[in-house]
Amino acid sequence: MRRFSDARARSHASYWAFVVHRVSGLLLALFLPMHLWALARAINGEMALEGFLRAVDRPLFKLAEWGLVVLLALHAAGGVRLLLIEFASWSGLRKDLIALSAGVGVVAALAFALALFY
Amino acid sequence: MTSAAREARLWYWQRMSAMVLALCVLVHIATIVYAVRGGLTAAEILSRTRGSIAFGAFYVIFLLACAVHVPIGLAAILEEWFSLPRRAARVVSGVFAAIMLGFGLAALEGVVFA
Amino acid sequence: MGAVMKVKVWRGREDGGFQSYEVPREESQTVLDVVTYIQRRLDPTLAYRYACRVGMCGSCAMTVNGVARWTCRTHVSRVVKGDTLEVAPLSNMPVIKDLAVDMAEFFDKWARAKGRFAGAETRRDEFARVEPKSPARREADAGIECIGCGVCYASCDVVTWRPDFLGPAALNRAWTLVNDARDVERRERLAAVAGDAGCHACHTQGSCTERCPKQLEPTRAISGLKRLVAKAARRGEL
Repeated sequence: MRRFSDARARSHASYWAFVVHRVSGLLLALFLPMHLWALARAINGEMALEGFLRAVDRPLFKLAEWGLVVLLALHAAGGVRLLLIEFASWSGLRKDLIALSAGVGVVAALAFALALFY
Repeated sequence: MTSAAREARLWYWQRMSAMVLALCVLVHIATIVYAVRGGLTAAEILSRTRGSIAFGAFYVIFLLACAVHVPIGLAAILEEWFSLPRRAARVVSGVFAAIMLGFGLAALEGVVFA
Repeated sequence: MGAVMKVKVWRGREDGGFQSYEVPREESQTVLDVVTYIQRRLDPTLAYRYACRVGMCGSCAMTVNGVARWTCRTHVSRVVKGDTLEVAPLSNMPVIKDLAVDMAEFFDKWARAKGRFAGAETRRDEFARVEPKSPARREADAGIECIGCGVCYASCDVVTWRPDFLGPAALNRAWTLVNDARDVERRERLAAVAGDAGCHACHTQGSCTERCPKQLEPTRAISGLKRLVAKAARRGEL
């Protein structure tokens, strides 16, 4: 059907915003059960949770945690833009809010990185 | 309910839960960024959460909003990007949400009410 | 200008391929000029559509360098990549031959979305009085200039992923009618745009609004429909 679908037709801000929103949502959805499962280990007592926390106190995990905070910030900020488009009176595709969402992502990335390593 | 009404309601509840989540996420990220400074131990987490009604209430709302929000979005992705038929996409998403809810309630029990 | 362009043009149906032609570059040349040159001077077997060639009818819409546009309003100098150009038929519609697509389903969806006016008055009644500055009329006016060229529909990924999706043009038209004070089929129309393939399937990708040659905003119309349909659903009217 879409023989000619290629990046050229999708190279505009609103489309990128859609891709970021959808991919971040998917990754978050996949991560969330793991996150909750880890916390659920606390049901076995503090030692189980502590054991898990120590097991994940490694650079790769820290990077993954950081990535997830960034994804969450991007997904939420992009989501607020969509809520405004769908529920507030029309004021365009809000490219300003796309830029703002990206900014929120950067801020969250920096804040969490600082918090993790200081 | 007609399928049209069902589609409309799914859309509506996904957006309503999104509004709740927008607030929850804001609070959650701020809290985590604050709490994670200087490392995070189980003792630190649990000292704040155990027995805290406020924590419990907040995260129950957070969890329920997730359980509504996630499967609706997931079903759309399964249909559009993985070519699942509508019914299958909804069943898979529903099961996923139920599992997530289960883990979440267990987590809440472990972290707040245990 | 003496320079020559290499133009790749889609030939055949879905299982066709690009064929290259050499076309002289001119000043003030549109992509439609290029396609016409090819058909008249180089290869009379090329099939394509146009009518007014001045940006009023929408017949000449094609995919130029991957993007759906009106070829009569696309200057070569704006889109040429070095010295190459790629011209293909519109996406999301079956190819009849070369650059001509079958728009039947596009218009069928228009009808399915109840994209036509339904009035209750006759020529014997007084003229309807509609306040042009009312919010509803403003909304209708904002989308009323659609000429059904298909560019938005061809640009929409949701149409690609969900073949039943009514699409931006049909939904935009439905919105203008929902806002028309004289129309009497509002409820049926909301039900028509609410189904499995209706307005709620839109993900606000915005390609329709980005590409509309008349600067219409189907995303705006669809957002409005989403709200109205949700309200109708909650009131049990669907």
